[in-house]
Amino acid sequence: MSAVAEERDARAPWALTAPALMLFVGVLLIPLAMTVMLSFHDWGQYKGIEPVFILKNWQEIATDPYYAEMFWRTFRIAILTTLLTAVLGAPEAYILNRMSGRWKSFFLLVILGPLLISVVARTLGWALLFGGNNGLVNKLLMSLGAIRSPIPFMFTETGMVVALAHVMMPFMVLSVWAALQRLDPQIENAAMSLGAGPVTIIRRIIMPQIMPGVLSGAIIVFSLSASAFATPAIIGGRRLKVAATLAYDEFLNTLNWPLGAAVATLLLVALVLIVVGSNALIERRYAEVFR
Amino acid sequence: MAFLELDRVAKQFGAQTVVDDFSLVVGKGEFISFLGPSGCGKTTTLQMIAGFLDPTRGAIRLEDKDLTAIHPAKRGLGIVFQSYALFPHMTAAENVAFGLEMRSVPRNERAERVRAALAMVGLAGYEDRHPRRMSGGQQQRVALARALVIKPSVLLLDEPLSNLDAKLREEMQIELRQIQRTIGTTTILVTHDQNEAMSLSDRIVVMSQGKIEQIGTPQETYEKPASAFVSQFLGKTNDFAGTIDRTATPARLVAGSWSAPAPAGLSGAVTVSIRPERIGFGDAGLGAKVVTRIFQGNHWLFQCDGECGPAIVIRQNDGQPQPTEGEAVHLTWRPEDMSVRARTVA
Ligand SMILES: Nc1ncnc2c1ncn2[C@@H]1O[C@H](COP(=O)(O)OP(=O)(O)O)[C@@H](O)[C@H]1O
Ligand SMILES: [Mg+2]
Repeated sequence: MSAVAEERDARAPWALTAPALMLFVGVLLIPLAMTVMLSFHDWGQYKGIEPVFILKNWQEIATDPYYAEMFWRTFRIAILTTLLTAVLGAPEAYILNRMSGRWKSFFLLVILGPLLISVVARTLGWALLFGGNNGLVNKLLMSLGAIRSPIPFMFTETGMVVALAHVMMPFMVLSVWAALQRLDPQIENAAMSLGAGPVTIIRRIIMPQIMPGVLSGAIIVFSLSASAFATPAIIGGRRLKVAATLAYDEFLNTLNWPLGAAVATLLLVALVLIVVGSNALIERRYAEVFR
Repeated sequence: MAFLELDRVAKQFGAQTVVDDFSLVVGKGEFISFLGPSGCGKTTTLQMIAGFLDPTRGAIRLEDKDLTAIHPAKRGLGIVFQSYALFPHMTAAENVAFGLEMRSVPRNERAERVRAALAMVGLAGYEDRHPRRMSGGQQQRVALARALVIKPSVLLLDEPLSNLDAKLREEMQIELRQIQRTIGTTTILVTHDQNEAMSLSDRIVVMSQGKIEQIGTPQETYEKPASAFVSQFLGKTNDFAGTIDRTATPARLVAGSWSAPAPAGLSGAVTVSIRPERIGFGDAGLGAKVVTRIFQGNHWLFQCDGECGPAIVIRQNDGQPQPTEGEAVHLTWRPEDMSVRARTVA
């Protein structure tokens, strides 16, 4: 092969990936870099944005306990949502996997169906059921005399966790489902023939093998929940802000873009660190199961 | 003496009968093979013994106790699965130890038995390996050690060697046989490989479409096949159409220009079944022409066109001159080497 041909071969992969690469740089890297830069700019009520390099926004976030509380709330909600989806979703996937043919496809559809409905519609559904005195469930329970005041749901963290868990459930179920597909179909019989009962089989044989699936589902659910906007915006509104709704308010209501950019950047960096870190941990811990 | 007994066992999936009228008596320490083509119900039968499937009809008894009434986890059988079904998150030693843990064997004894079991299958030093870091042959050995360490009353093997390459499979066959001889565990092996069944078993159960075709020693099933299916399935065979003439005295069995005194019992149209290595070339007998002659080192393989259809002949390469292609020959064999069955004339 001639040197020219070799050189062309070496360039070919770059040329072929160029369109996708340009799109990636154009719509992701450049706006991201601009957001990071924006977070170092100054802003005033009357002067607007000033393109200077100062640490004012970052200092404000670091010193004002309001931000610490808000970020802590964001991650607390994301963690609780993740736990709830894992605790409900893993058994759900396991039961689903044991069902026979027709029921299996039916219930898979039931689980995945919500993905076809907008998050806003699904969250509003919760608001209709539990929204204060007029919520359907609250009204029913009150008229039955079961409760005296409506169950607090709107503007509570519990409400946000429940609604988010509902939205995120399919991701957890699918992730555990994928792990279950990799199990040897005879593995439970093998354990049974060695004398293991049903509880032991689940605890010692099934759980350890689907753990990677639960954990990768957890990473997806956690990062989506921590950066979720629509559900916290509807359930929490202005009263109970999380990082995403706060950044939105800074951008569109206060018009303090630099501060909003700083909040968004911090959320992104924290998420990337958490996700990459836990992924590395999981892969090391479960190297034998993954391969 | 009956150790394990299957009494007219049947299994239906919906309307489909997968195993039917399966009766077998296994003696203690015996090595039995279920041999048959894929889909004939071997695994289903094995799983009924293991307890993963319930028989639709019939009884399974172990030492005269009804086995079907015992939960699979309590049957104490050792099972090696075709896919091995090792626990991928446990090391080889942990895999082998699992059954002992379930039996609450004390820690010290457990460690000692695990070590001994792994050593027996030639895996000393592999205790801390995970299954996915082992070759197919090594995984197979771990599966065998895991099944044997619990001292099972019966060892059930479902095509344990079918995922190994030919050379390794032969090695494992010899090893499996030696291990089984040493520890004397009653063993049932499921296979579709007639060589495997013949080289390993005391007796072979030949199955076809859920039914038993023949039960017998490897030699019996090979040399006295009870049906056309058995003779076809266990190696190459020649089937010649013949007739038994009871009007002649003494009665004679005739196939083309070959004839012999008729065996007792049958009369009319019969099929004469004869293994290729039992046919010789002679001065008189079934007329044939050699079509191809293939040299295969220790033997010659002849494909002939005979009076009663195509015939295969295998001759030892004993240095004697052999017929050449195109030569007219006569095929002869000793009457005791053939098996004769009634033939339904179409
Ligand atoms: N759970 C099942 N449901 C329906 N049919 C089955 C089931 N398991 C096996 N079969 C059918 O039973 C027949 C025998 O299967 P199997 O015992 O696995 O055969 P073998 O092990 O001899 O290859 C096959 O035709 C198979 O399709
Ligand atoms: Mg099978």
